[in-house]
Amino acid sequence: MGRQNISDNARVDRSVNTGGYSTLAQKGLSGEYELSVLVSGVHCAGCIQKIESRLAKDEAITKARLNFSTGRLVMGWEGDKERADEFVALVENLGYGVKPYDPRTEADETQKQEKFLLLCLGVAGFAMGNIMLISVGLWSAEGEAMGIATRELFHWLSALIAIPAVLFSGRPFFRSALKALRGGHTNMDVPISLALVLATSMSVWEIFKHGEHVYFDSAVMLMFFLLIGRYLDFRARKNARSSATDLLSTLSGFANVLGEDGIIQRMAIRDLREDMIVQIAAGEKLPVDGIVERGESTLDTSLVTGETMPREIKAGAQVYAGTLNLSAPITVRVEKAAEDSLLADVVRLMEQAGQGQAAYVQIADRAAKLYTPVVHSLAAITFLGWIFLGGIEWQDALLIAVTVLIITCPCALGLAVPVTQVLATGRLFKKGILVKSGDALERLSKINMAIFDKTGTLTLGKPALQGEYDEGTLQMAASLASQSAHPLSKAIVNAYDGALINIENIEEISGQGLQGIYKGQVVKLGSRKWCGVEGESQSNDLELWYRKGGDEPIRFILQDILRKDAKAVLEKFNQDNVETLLLSGDREAVAKDMAAASGIETYYAEKKPTEKFDILEDYKAKGHSVLMVGDGLNDAPVLAAADVSIAPGTAIDMAQNAADIVFMGENLGPVYEAYEIAKLSQKLVRQNFALAIVYNICVIPMAVAGMVTPMIAALAMSGSSLVVIANSFRIKWRA
Amino acid sequence: MNILLFLIPIALILGLIGLGAFVWALKSGQYEDLDGAAQRILMDEEDDSNPN
Repeated sequence: MGRQNISDNARVDRSVNTGGYSTLAQKGLSGEYELSVLVSGVHCAGCIQKIESRLAKDEAITKARLNFSTGRLVMGWEGDKERADEFVALVENLGYGVKPYDPRTEADETQKQEKFLLLCLGVAGFAMGNIMLISVGLWSAEGEAMGIATRELFHWLSALIAIPAVLFSGRPFFRSALKALRGGHTNMDVPISLALVLATSMSVWEIFKHGEHVYFDSAVMLMFFLLIGRYLDFRARKNARSSATDLLSTLSGFANVLGEDGIIQRMAIRDLREDMIVQIAAGEKLPVDGIVERGESTLDTSLVTGETMPREIKAGAQVYAGTLNLSAPITVRVEKAAEDSLLADVVRLMEQAGQGQAAYVQIADRAAKLYTPVVHSLAAITFLGWIFLGGIEWQDALLIAVTVLIITCPCALGLAVPVTQVLATGRLFKKGILVKSGDALERLSKINMAIFDKTGTLTLGKPALQGEYDEGTLQMAASLASQSAHPLSKAIVNAYDGALINIENIEEISGQGLQGIYKGQVVKLGSRKWCGVEGESQSNDLELWYRKGGDEPIRFILQDILRKDAKAVLEKFNQDNVETLLLSGDREAVAKDMAAASGIETYYAEKKPTEKFDILEDYKAKGHSVLMVGDGLNDAPVLAAADVSIAPGTAIDMAQNAADIVFMGENLGPVYEAYEIAKLSQKLVRQNFALAIVYNICVIPMAVAGMVTPMIAALAMSGSSLVVIANSFRIKWRA
Repeated sequence: MNILLFLIPIALILGLIGLGAFVWALKSGQYEDLDGAAQRILMDEEDDSNPN
């Protein structure tokens, strides 16, 4: 990034995005106004501090708190409601994106669920600790050492703690089991609920019978371990895609509508209707599809079409929502309201894709499907066997059957997947790879085809200056270019790291270039024609011409270059028998060059978002498991529809939301690294299942034979859970 | 064994206090932004930064 460009962009943004927030501010109880906004671009502690302390500097601000996980910033202030826009501008000027926060989003719901699980876990933990305290006494005083009265007291105390705890903390399992039973099928929570309820009620029965053993400790411990698994699983899945929120965030925001009386009015984007005239400033994103009414400018269409070169537009040109107006203000007549725009089409495709995704069955669920009938019938056989063959009382037989349920309870199964996923995602996170949904790794481990987008994925997504140039020329060109937000100008500025010089009267002529005056001479930077060069360019490279006064024009060659390790990464995928493809919206010639340079054999060029989607569906129908790597709006539906998807951190919000995994940095290596770790974690998950099965094979005969006391059940259960956790930790050390 | 009549209630009450503290922390939103809390320890205290 050029130094001057940052401040430049901030200036543009401020003039564009501010306004309208004061209508969203709400009056709190203490008479202060409060406003919640979504802040994007927050990566570290420095960002939190920058934003919060900048706001706190204003005396009116009473509250400024940024939630790092959700990006939600809550501001509270005393006094004027209208100051909302001012505060938002403060944050925007620090270089962060701000969007209105919509409380209807799923994030709120998720947070409630997470709190509920944590609360259950806390209560279960408390109950387990205290019951264990009592149980240790019971276990160690087996036989006559403890008086009957004391034993009964201990039993009653355990019951007093366990019964409310099971009723309270068992709810996540009971609810899910009930839901499954009502739907006419069974899931892993059915045996769990059965074990919890039966173990508790049998123990109460034992107390009344003045029996020697109670099973409260086993029931509560089972519940505690399972809740840990449940909570970890929830955390791993928390950030899973939610296309509905995407739609809201893309269409939230404001646009300047030009009324018939010539007065500009700010309106929410979702309220825009056909034939309204919208003013779009330079640097602003188009909110709707439409026809240019007035003005000439250049559009960055890379998000929609994937093309690197900005497109020149003038009155009468068709423009699409999601493209970025680069150089000059334009007015656009709305042709399709925001909900009907190309952008909305993309969103619809994504939602369609999301529904397809739900059909994926995780390995844990498949295991549960096999597991539950086995456990149920085993317990039933034990029960009936003891009554009819063993000839004992039905109460005793039921007790043994419950022991079987408890000891086979899928503690290890419940922990096998979430623990591995949490550890694997943690390891990837340290390498700058963010895994958003827990089962993404499972899906990633199974791919046999990887489709790459070109711009921004295989390449860095921005043109870079190629070749050697004279120092002085470059300095002049960079000084001129620093005044423009055009991608080619940015590339020139980035290529030069010395001091810039002051050029007077710099102006940007839309579609042509920049010109300014230095020491009385006109200096120009721009298109071939603008600098007075005859003829057409012969190559596919992007070019920029520089001319000082009457001197010979100098040609700058710019290219959107491949990420450094792109070729090596693609080779590695090929070695693992994963087919690689290039799918681009860019021109045929460019895509062909890029495919050749990166060693990809099959490529598709000039594909629109819907066509990309069709190509993917085609491959999926042929039985391929597809990984999609892409970054643009045009890739978003494909990202959502693919079996698993990865986006670079430079991708637009929507692509990042659609993708399962987001990686940072300038290299493509993380894509392969994620694949490797996904495979490794899947291997560990399978090992964990194997361990759990071996454990069950060892202890089930003992339980069926009625030889398991509560202490053995407790030990065996925590033992198996710990073994599974320990095995999962190997992912931290293995390469 | 009379000592049990004191020790068990004490153990339970201590446990309940812990549980109460956890529930309070949960309700007051301290578990809402665990990643943020991890980042915040790296921030320098400033006089003008707002603690709330």
